[in-house]
Amino acid sequence: MSAARGRLKVYLGYAAGVGKTYRMLEETQELRQKGVDIVIGYFEPHGRKETISKTEGLEVIPRRLLTYNGSQFEEMDTDAVIRRKPAVAVVDEFAHTNVPGTERVKRWQDVHAILDAGIGVLTTMNVQHLESLNDQVFHATGIRVRETIPDWVVDEADELVFVDLTPGALRNRLERGVVYSQEKARRAMENFFSETNLTALREMALRHTAHEVEEKLDAAAAAATRAEGLRGPPADSPPPGRPERILICLTGRPSSAILIRRGKRVADYIHAECLAVHVGDDSHNREAVERHMSFARNLRIETHVIPGRDVPLALASFARTRGVTQIFMGRSAPLPWWKRYRESVVQRLVRQARDMQITIVAERKR
Amino acid sequence: MPSVDNVRPNPEELLRKVQADERRESRGRLKVFLGYASRVGKSFRMFDEGRRRKERGQDVVVGALQAGVTPDIQEILKHLEVVPSISTKHAGRDYVVMDMSALFRRHPQVCLIDGLAYDNPPGSRNPQRWQDVSELLDRGISVITAVNLQHIREQQDQVQRITGRRAANCVPEEFLHEADEIEVIDAPPDALLDRTGAQSIPDSRRLGELRELALLLAADVVDRQLQEYLDAHGVAARWGAQERILVCLTARSNAAEMLRSGQRNKLRFHGALLAAYVEQPDLRPQDRELLDKHLALAREMGAEVHCLKGLNFVNAILEFAHEQRITQLFLGHTRRPGRAWLARSPIDRLIDGAEGFDVRLFPHEGAL
Repeated sequence: MSAARGRLKVYLGYAAGVGKTYRMLEETQELRQKGVDIVIGYFEPHGRKETISKTEGLEVIPRRLLTYNGSQFEEMDTDAVIRRKPAVAVVDEFAHTNVPGTERVKRWQDVHAILDAGIGVLTTMNVQHLESLNDQVFHATGIRVRETIPDWVVDEADELVFVDLTPGALRNRLERGVVYSQEKARRAMENFFSETNLTALREMALRHTAHEVEEKLDAAAAAATRAEGLRGPPADSPPPGRPERILICLTGRPSSAILIRRGKRVADYIHAECLAVHVGDDSHNREAVERHMSFARNLRIETHVIPGRDVPLALASFARTRGVTQIFMGRSAPLPWWKRYRESVVQRLVRQARDMQITIVAERKR
Repeated sequence: MPSVDNVRPNPEELLRKVQADERRESRGRLKVFLGYASRVGKSFRMFDEGRRRKERGQDVVVGALQAGVTPDIQEILKHLEVVPSISTKHAGRDYVVMDMSALFRRHPQVCLIDGLAYDNPPGSRNPQRWQDVSELLDRGISVITAVNLQHIREQQDQVQRITGRRAANCVPEEFLHEADEIEVIDAPPDALLDRTGAQSIPDSRRLGELRELALLLAADVVDRQLQEYLDAHGVAARWGAQERILVCLTARSNAAEMLRSGQRNKLRFHGALLAAYVEQPDLRPQDRELLDKHLALAREMGAEVHCLKGLNFVNAILEFAHEQRITQLFLGHTRRPGRAWLARSPIDRLIDGAEGFDVRLFPHEGAL
C-alpha cells in the first residue's frame, strides 16, 4: 500500500433506515464547511426527505448509465470520480454489486480504485453484508444475504463507526413511512424488520465494531512495541513456540461454504493462520470444489489440493508437515445402513490425528 | 432440534410475567443514550430526540441540564420547556437537584434528564439521580437520559485500569438492563481529540479502550433484552451473536489444555466460558480427585461450572448445550482408540447430535 492511499471510513449499521447515510452526509457537510474538497461519488436517496436535504450544496459526480438485458441501470462513474480527484469522495452502499458490464463486479472494488488514486472515501454498509456473519445472520433471521463483502475489506478501513438506533425507534420510523413506502414498510416489518431480527443484528453490529476497535488497538500496540524494540506478548496471545494454524478441509459439498466462513472467523479472532485443502481428484465434483477454493482465496485463505485416495491419512500428514494445530471439517454425510459398520471420514481422521485439535462444524440451520 | 420451539411456561413463571407486564404498562418508558466519553454527543442526541418528539405532539419537558450547555443544545432548548432545578450548597459545594415535586405536579409525558450519574446532596429525596429517575418512571413519566460509560458502577475496575481514575458518581449496570431502550453514541476517538484539541497517542488509546467497553456493554444489554423477549414470547433460546464455549470435563480429560484454549477464545470473542460435568455415582476415588482438581481449575479460570444430572452422558450434554445457546463444545478424546463392533462412541453421538454448534476434539494429554 502506498503512503498516498486515501483513507477509508465506514459507517456501519444493522438495517436500512438506522441513519447511516444521514450520519455520513452530516460529516460531509462538516468537512465541506472546514474547506475540504469533498464530492458525492454515489448516493442512494431512497426518497428519504431528511437525508436528501443533507446533500444541499454538495457537488455530485453524475452517474453512469448502463443498459443490461434491455433495462437501464445507473452505477457510480468511478473514472469520473478519479478524474475529478477531490480530497474525499462519498460513496454510499459499500456492499453493492454492480450491474454486469461494468469493469468491476463489486462497489468495494470501485472504492479501492478511488483509494488507490489517493482519494479518501466515506461509505456505508450493514453488518449482515459481512461474509463471516452470513451463516449467523441466516440462523438468526432466516434470511440468506446474497450481497456479501469479505471481512478483510472492512478490516482495512481506517475508521469504522457504528450508527445506532434502537429497534423500537426504527420500527416507528417504518410505521411513519420514513424509510419505505407504507406498503413496503408493512411487509418489511412482518419479515426482516421483526423486533427479534433487528435486535439480533444490532447485537452482531455492536460486537463486530467492538472487535474492530480491539484489533486496531492491538495493531497500534504491536507497532509501538516494534518501534521501541521491545518484546512481550499480551495476556491473551497464544502460548509461545507453537503458533496456531487452522486447516479447513474442503469438499464439493455445499456445507463447505459454512466451513470456510466459520474457520476463517475463528482464525481471525484468535489471530491464527488459515489454510484450506482439498484431498483427491474427484473429477465429478471439480467445479464445486473449484468454486469453494476460489471463495476461500477471496477471503485470503491459502488453498491447496493434495492427491490421495485415503482422505484422513492424506489430511493428517499434510496437517503435520504444515504445523497445523486445529483441523476444521464438516460432519460426514450419513452412511447408508449397509455401510454403517464402516467408519466415517471424521471418525477415521479423529483416529489418525490424535495429536491435533479437530473441530467438527455444524450446519447452522433455522 | 428445531431452534424455535413453543415451550409451555409453568404457572409461577406465567404469574411473574403477568405482574411484570402490568408493572411495565403503568410505568414510564426509559431510554438511555450511552457514550464512552464526554463530548461524543450524547446530550445533543438526547435533546434532539426530545425536540423531534415534541414536534410529533408529545408533551416533553427538560428535568435536568448539565453545566456548560453547548450552543447547538442551547438552540434546541429554545423550543423546549424547562422545569428549573433547585440550586443548593452543601459543605461548600454547589449542587443542582431536580425539582421532583414540580415534575410530579407538571407530570409531562416525557422528561429529558441530562447527566444521569449525579449524587444529590445529603438530605435530598434520593441519594442519587438515577433513583429520582426511577421514581418518575414509577409515576408513569417516561424518561430519556444520557450516561457516560465511565460512570457505570460495575465497570469501575476496567475504567480505572484504562484511565487510572474511578468515577465519583455511579449508576448501577442493572439500571441500564431495566431500560426499555439503550442507544449507543459511537464516534472514532480521533474525532473527539480533534474537538478538544488534546492530541496524544495515549489519549487515543485510552479512548479506544473505553469505546470498546461501551460497545460490549451495549451488546450485553441487547443480548439480555433479546433473551427476555424470546422467553416472554415462549420462544426457546436460540443461538445468539455471542460466542458461548462449553468445556466438557471428565476425570480423564485433558482439562488444562481445554480450559486454557476456552479461556483464550472467551477473551478474544468476548464470549462466555462454561464448564460442565455429568454426575457419575460410581466414580472411583482417584477419578473423583482428578475431577475435583479440574473443576477447581475451571473456576479459577473464570468458567461458570455446572453439574449435570442424567443417566445418559450424551443426552445430558446435548440438552444443556442447547439450553445454554452454546456455539462451541470442547471435548477430550477418549483414552483408548478402537471401538466396539457397531457401537457408536459417545463422541460420535455427540457430533451427530450437535445442531447449531461446533464440536472441538482435544488430544489426550499423552498424545503430543
